[in-house]
Amino acid sequence: MQFMLLFSRQGKLRLQKWYVPLSDKEKKKITRELVQTVLARKPKMCSFLEWRDLKVVYKRYASLYFCCAIENQDNELITLEIIHRYVELLDKYFGSVCELDIIFNFEKAYFILDEFLLGGEAQDTSKKNVLKAIEQADLLQECCMTDTVSQSFSMV
Amino acid sequence: MALKIVKGSIDRMFDKNLQDLVRGIRNHKEDEAKYISTCIDEIKQELKQDNIAVKANAVCKLTYLQMLGYDVSWAAFNIVEVMSSSKFTYKRIGYLAASQCFHESTDVIMLTTNQIRKDLSSPNQYDTGVALTGLSCFVTPDLARDLANDIMTLMSHTKPYIRKKAVLIMYKVFLKYPESLRPAFPRLKEKLEDPDPGVQSAAVNVICELARRNPKNYLSLAPLFFKLMTSSTNNWVLIKIIKLFGALTPLEPRLGKKLIEPLTNLIHSTSAMSLLYECVNTVIAVLISLSSGMPNHSASIQVSFSRHAHTFSLKYLGLLAMSKILKTHPKSVQSHKDLILQCLDDKDESIRLRALDLLYGMVSKKNLMEIVKKLMLHVDKAEGTTYRDELLTKIIDICSQSNYQYITNFEWYISILVELTRLEGTRHGHLIASQMLDVAIRVKAIRAFAVAQMATLLDNAHLLTGNTQRNGICEVLYAAAWICGEFSEHLEEPMVTLEAMLRPKVATLPGHIQAVYVQNAAKLFATVLRGHEGVPADSMVAQETSQLLIDRLPLFVQSSNLEVQERASCILQLVKYIQKLQQKDVEVAEEVTALFAGELNPVAPKAQKKVPVPEGLDLDVWINEPPSGSESEDEGRKSKGKAVFAKEESRHTKPRYTEVDEKELAKRREVRKAEQANNPFYIKASPSSQKVYQDGVGVEHIPVVQIDLSVPLKVPGMPMSDQYVKLEEERRERNKADKKKKKDKKKREKGEKGRRRRGDSGPESEEDITPAHMVDIVTEEMPENALPSDDDDKDPNDPHKSICWAPCVNTAGYGVDQPPLYLSPHPSLSLAPHLQVCDIQGNLQDGSQVVVSVIFENKCDSFIKSMEFNVLDSLNSKLQRPDGAGPHDGLIVPFQLPPGISNEARFIFSVQNIVMPQKLKGTLTFIVKTDDSSTHEKLDFKLHFTCTSYLITTPCYSDAYSKLLESGDLKGCSLKLEGVNQPFHHLLARICFHHHFSVVERIDSCASMYSRSIQGHHMCLLVKTADQTVSIDAKCDEPGLLGNVLDEIKLTFSQC
Repeated sequence: MQFMLLFSRQGKLRLQKWYVPLSDKEKKKITRELVQTVLARKPKMCSFLEWRDLKVVYKRYASLYFCCAIENQDNELITLEIIHRYVELLDKYFGSVCELDIIFNFEKAYFILDEFLLGGEAQDTSKKNVLKAIEQADLLQECCMTDTVSQSFSMV
Repeated sequence: MALKIVKGSIDRMFDKNLQDLVRGIRNHKEDEAKYISTCIDEIKQELKQDNIAVKANAVCKLTYLQMLGYDVSWAAFNIVEVMSSSKFTYKRIGYLAASQCFHESTDVIMLTTNQIRKDLSSPNQYDTGVALTGLSCFVTPDLARDLANDIMTLMSHTKPYIRKKAVLIMYKVFLKYPESLRPAFPRLKEKLEDPDPGVQSAAVNVICELARRNPKNYLSLAPLFFKLMTSSTNNWVLIKIIKLFGALTPLEPRLGKKLIEPLTNLIHSTSAMSLLYECVNTVIAVLISLSSGMPNHSASIQVSFSRHAHTFSLKYLGLLAMSKILKTHPKSVQSHKDLILQCLDDKDESIRLRALDLLYGMVSKKNLMEIVKKLMLHVDKAEGTTYRDELLTKIIDICSQSNYQYITNFEWYISILVELTRLEGTRHGHLIASQMLDVAIRVKAIRAFAVAQMATLLDNAHLLTGNTQRNGICEVLYAAAWICGEFSEHLEEPMVTLEAMLRPKVATLPGHIQAVYVQNAAKLFATVLRGHEGVPADSMVAQETSQLLIDRLPLFVQSSNLEVQERASCILQLVKYIQKLQQKDVEVAEEVTALFAGELNPVAPKAQKKVPVPEGLDLDVWINEPPSGSESEDEGRKSKGKAVFAKEESRHTKPRYTEVDEKELAKRREVRKAEQANNPFYIKASPSSQKVYQDGVGVEHIPVVQIDLSVPLKVPGMPMSDQYVKLEEERRERNKADKKKKKDKKKREKGEKGRRRRGDSGPESEEDITPAHMVDIVTEEMPENALPSDDDDKDPNDPHKSICWAPCVNTAGYGVDQPPLYLSPHPSLSLAPHLQVCDIQGNLQDGSQVVVSVIFENKCDSFIKSMEFNVLDSLNSKLQRPDGAGPHDGLIVPFQLPPGISNEARFIFSVQNIVMPQKLKGTLTFIVKTDDSSTHEKLDFKLHFTCTSYLITTPCYSDAYSKLLESGDLKGCSLKLEGVNQPFHHLLARICFHHHFSVVERIDSCASMYSRSIQGHHMCLLVKTADQTVSIDAKCDEPGLLGNVLDEIKLTFSQC
């Protein structure tokens, strides 16, 4: 997978993850172009388009579009499943996820994505493993947090 | 007081966290940019503080702003600071920011190396995990080089969580730092059998991705993957493995055979569409690699796939897969015609376009009409000009493909074309026009019908041109006018058409169309005159026609288009002259008709090329001595030439009033036209549509007209193509019935025998469909003495063109004196070194063996090894292989070739029947080794065994020779060669040299020759020559062989 974009129906970018090194300018250009193309498509159209020399796979969940670019020999259907799996993970983590969850906890959404995909490849096919890893990392973060708070208190 | 400090510190810390920022941005929709710039100022302040928590918070906010498109590269160093925090919370944020903001040109990346190394070896697995994740996004070649070893150690970490990440990131490392692949590969391979399924699937992922880039190196892993494939139940892993096999099968056909069964099983058992799709893709790859094919398998795949193809996404993929199958197994796709036609109704344009692509490959004589009918319906319904234009071009492509081979009824096709002209706003008028011209010119039987149709079209031209000049459809008028003019003898009412062509509205058409109108009006005029002269009552009509032309043509004389103006004024003068003659009751029809006499024949585009260069003509030699005169004279001539040209030009632009000159010119032009029309080689000057368009105004600029909607769209009096479909069906029914009757009759006659034949209920086969009327597609003319060669049809750019092996098997002792044949390997192999097979010499040994010696020369810069020579055996000739080798195995060439070296290898063929010449197909596979890689490549070639090559030069004495002739066992045959003007001894030498004969006796211009075949057939020739004619009387005990040898002799002399 080359990159993954999440954007709203209004075309606002909510999440972006690039697995190929590109300059910011290029990223912006690609994003603008793709968001326009995908938003122009009607709901009953198929989820794949050929774009430049890549294939774009997208799917809409509520008001959010999940959009991935894959190489030509890649399997479109498995990409759809990856998107779906990611949505499931978000759903499990936030408890029936909505767009606002992703906006306000965007770093969490990234952490989940990073735990699920690495370098554009699926890391773990088991939902349970991914969630467990996230939970434990969060736990670590929580105790760090309490550490800092107690630290600042101890400063007093 | 103390509480205040605490509060202050906490306030500062959580002064504005990410949530606040997001909320703030949402609340400042109107002045977002201003709000953000204040936020960035705050962030800058926060970054200046020592407190790492504040910094991390600032970096987190920056990451969000980066996503919104703001430049945060100035904070790169702060990000590194946060990354190096010892607290996981901040480290995590730091790495996230780095993975989002850093790219290869970020210079602080090199500062991170040690920090990352530290984190990788951290005792906390989540520290390591976060570092790996971050690294996967911003790894640079330097980082890859420095950290490759650390990551490699992590591949054997105790925790599967780390192992799996380390394995995956290795792929990124390999990409950036390929040298690491070799040392890391054994460990990577180990991971394929890791106890943890996550690690295993990661390893499969990485190897699969690597193998896709260079499949060859991973062939050895095939058995391991095969085991994994049959044992794994994880669909994600299966998909990767199957994809890997898809990449491997083209290299190893045996693998394909083995895969087919498990894959078919998976296809039938799995419920996961993604897996099914991957299987189908790989099976297609397998089928392509096994050229023999297994149609039944592909059929089963088709069925299972189309069964599921209900949702739109799957439909799209199904069509994609079918188009792959179509290339190799068109039959199995054809059975899904209905499904594909349904896809044309789909809402999604990309699905419709895919379906259209498929239809192109699916048509046959039987279903063409039906498919086109469907397409026509869609044309009517289609919205959006792009799609409609696409449909139009597809209809024409489908119908005209392979030289119209699927069209059984050209009347139907013409009416389809006419119906297409009703299309609103299409850009493809010129395409329709060129089709009309092509069909009318090449299908003689259709001309009458076409002319009638075109006449109606001309009559209703106002429907096509309307008021606005925007579309390209009026281009068809060009074709219509030309067809009506050229084949005007088929017109029923030439007067009406002539009138239609001279309407004032014509003057609004583009210039090149007007020009054709004017020219063809003259042709029509000639036809009208011929029709009406001689009958006294009709002479009035003829005179009226002249008057009509004289009345209407001045409109065109005023045209701003030079071509129109010129033609119109010429013709106007001609008509005026004719009118004068008519008033004196002189019969002019015949002479006027003579202006346009002669038939235009289509000439093949390559005709000129095929005219052989006569012997003794060197095209590069000066015919006259090059001018050696003084330069001043030369210049003078040049300037004179210029002046003439300039003068001429100015004359062209001026309106002409000098009538006498005009008339003279017009006459000359007409004479020249007639001459050209009589000369079949001159076709290019005729109004061939494409050419004119290229020369004329660009298609986009042609002012074009839209159909006036107030007028009914149906062109009156035009037969609908639908009627033809119906007629055609009826006709086929009738034919079938006829056949049935015949068969019944036969049955009755033949009794038992007839009953064994196939029943009539079976599906109608292709052959059963006979064309409606015998339509002869006029073949393009070729010069009579064109060389019959096999490769002339090939595209000059075709890289395979160079791969042809000339007659190559010769008897011992005679080297073949041919130019070297260059063979270049398959075009897709980009490494493409040139392997040159420069010469082949043949040797004959005993009765059934032919020895072919091949010289292999390596023309490329790389080392070539493991060459394998293989020939596809025919029933008659077989490559002799060592004992134990299968009939399809190749022979290993016993040497390797360093660059620039050549070597010779011999191959023995056993031949049973030597009566017929034959061609054998073969391939040479070899490995090209360059410094860093080696590739497997392939070269296809043909071996041509002529009958001559079975002859051995055998001396014979004259008494034995005469005995042989007297024996009466030999059958005779003779050959006459005209126009051979070479000395007799040259001629004999040629026969001896090329055809392996020896001279027995020679008396003046008469000689007897002898040769013997490898199977002991005697062959005697008596060659006589008398003023440029050579007659050869030949005798042999095998007439078939003799005939072929004589043909070859004839060919030899026609080539020289």
